[in-house]
Formats: sequence, C-alpha cells, structure tokens
Amino acid sequence: MPQLLATFACGLLFGAGLLISGMTQPDKVLGFLDIFGAWDATLAFVMAGAVIVTSIGFALARRRGAPRLANKLQWPTRHDIDAPLLAGAALFGIGWGLVGLCPGPAIVNLASFSLPVIIFVIAMAVGMLGADLWQQHASMRATTSAISTADG
Amino acid sequence: MHHLTPLSGFFGGALIGLASALLMLLTGRIAGISGIFGGLLPLRATDRGWRLTFIVGLIAAPLLAALGGASLPTPAMPTSYVVIAIAGLLVGVGTRMASGCTSGHGVCGTARLSTRSITATITFMIVAIAVVAVTRHLGGS
Repeated sequence: MPQLLATFACGLLFGAGLLISGMTQPDKVLGFLDIFGAWDATLAFVMAGAVIVTSIGFALARRRGAPRLANKLQWPTRHDIDAPLLAGAALFGIGWGLVGLCPGPAIVNLASFSLPVIIFVIAMAVGMLGADLWQQHASMRATTSAISTADG
Repeated sequence: MHHLTPLSGFFGGALIGLASALLMLLTGRIAGISGIFGGLLPLRATDRGWRLTFIVGLIAAPLLAALGGASLPTPAMPTSYVVIAIAGLLVGVGTRMASGCTSGHGVCGTARLSTRSITATITFMIVAIAVVAVTRHLGGS
C-alpha cells in the first residue's frame, strides 16, 4: 500500500512537471524540433533540469544501496547498442516528429478528453502490443529452430 | 506560436527529475513512461499495481490543477486522424523495440550516463528534427 501511494505521488509530480514545463503542448515540442524555423529551445532547459535532479537522486540511491519501500534497486542491465535499439528509436522519432507527443505527455493529455489524444494513446498501445507479439513470435521461432538443430 | 520559456521549462524539468529520483529512491524503479505503460498491456501482465497508480497519477495532475483553478490542457493536434494514428503506432512500436522513450532513455538513461540510452536519445532527436524539417519546410504545407 505505501508503495502504491508513493508511485501515485511520483506520477502526480511527473505530470505536474510536464504541465509546468509546457511539454504537454505538442506545438511547443515541435517548436524545439523545428531547428530550421522559429526555434524554441525550451525542451533543452526541461531536459537539463530533469537530468540534473535525476542524477543527484540516482547518486543518493546508489549510496543508500536499497530503496525505501522495495527490496532492491532495479537498474537497467543492458549496455549493448543493437539494431532494435536504433531502429526503434528511429521509428519513435518519426512518430514524435509527426505529432509532437511522446508517451508521458500523451498520457497526461488524456485528462483533456480530446478524441485525437485518445486515438493517439490507443494507437500507441496497439503498437506496443504488436511489438510484443512480434517479439514473442520471434523468440518462439528461435526456440523451435534451436530444438530442431539439437534434434538434427 | 510559442516562445522560449526557460524558467518554467527548467523548473518543470526539475520536478520531472524529482519524480524520477523519488521513484528510484522509494521503489527502485526507473521512471520510463513507455515501459511503465507498456507493462500494463496483456502480454506483460506483471506487477500491474504500481504501474497503474503511476499512470493514474499522471492523468490526475491536470485534473487536480483544474480543480485548483487552472485550465485543462488543450493540446494542439494534427487535423488528420490517420496521421495521429500512424504517429501513435510508430511511437508504440518504436519505444517497445528500443525499450524506452524520452523519459526512460532521455532523462533517466542520460542521468545514468548510459551510452545505450544516450545513443537512443540522439537517434530519436535527429530523426524527429528531420521529420519536422520535412513536414514544415519541404512538405509545402
């Protein structure tokens, strides 16, 4: 229960940060990406503020060694730069550049009850499910071929 | 047309950072929105509780602000539902393949100085800049 309250509070704080920074407004995000037009550098200040505070928090977490309300710190373990990382980032970049919404601001904007945002979030969920299904299928095929080579 | 708002940008960013720092300090989790949201979908149904409360918190932020007198966000979106749906699909597939988005890679990964995350961030930034350059300056619209 305390953990669920804590994650709710973190979501609330994260959402407030997105709202105050202006990053829930797609045209402000597109203004940053539009370096050949009337460039709006705000997103760079948002990233700077976010990365600085996150770094301090992560350093504190490393020093403490364990989180307060759970068993262990779950740091990402991967370091490799593979094709899915690059291709996925590129596909995400196309979608982001087309509309100016990434997952966080899209979800915060659900509160506006606007149909375009709802369509975006549903499409995003479908895309994620599709990617998951494809990965599951690919790993099943890999297992099957591993078995058949073992048999052969 | 929007103008540079560095102070509210930096302050809002710092709040995003505080949320990401607290999520790690309290629950040991990375604040990657695509990962948190994606974990709620059928195929990855594990530990749904904290993911759901985090997402509810995100949506509650503007609603609470509206109760306090602020106006609800009215995001400017493209007029074509087809473009919106394609963009949403690409964001979904892309963030799943790359296992992260602007928050997980861009903020948390950069804060960890992860070369994997920084590479992803530079990639999606460059591609998005190119897409905007094409749609706004070459597309004729």
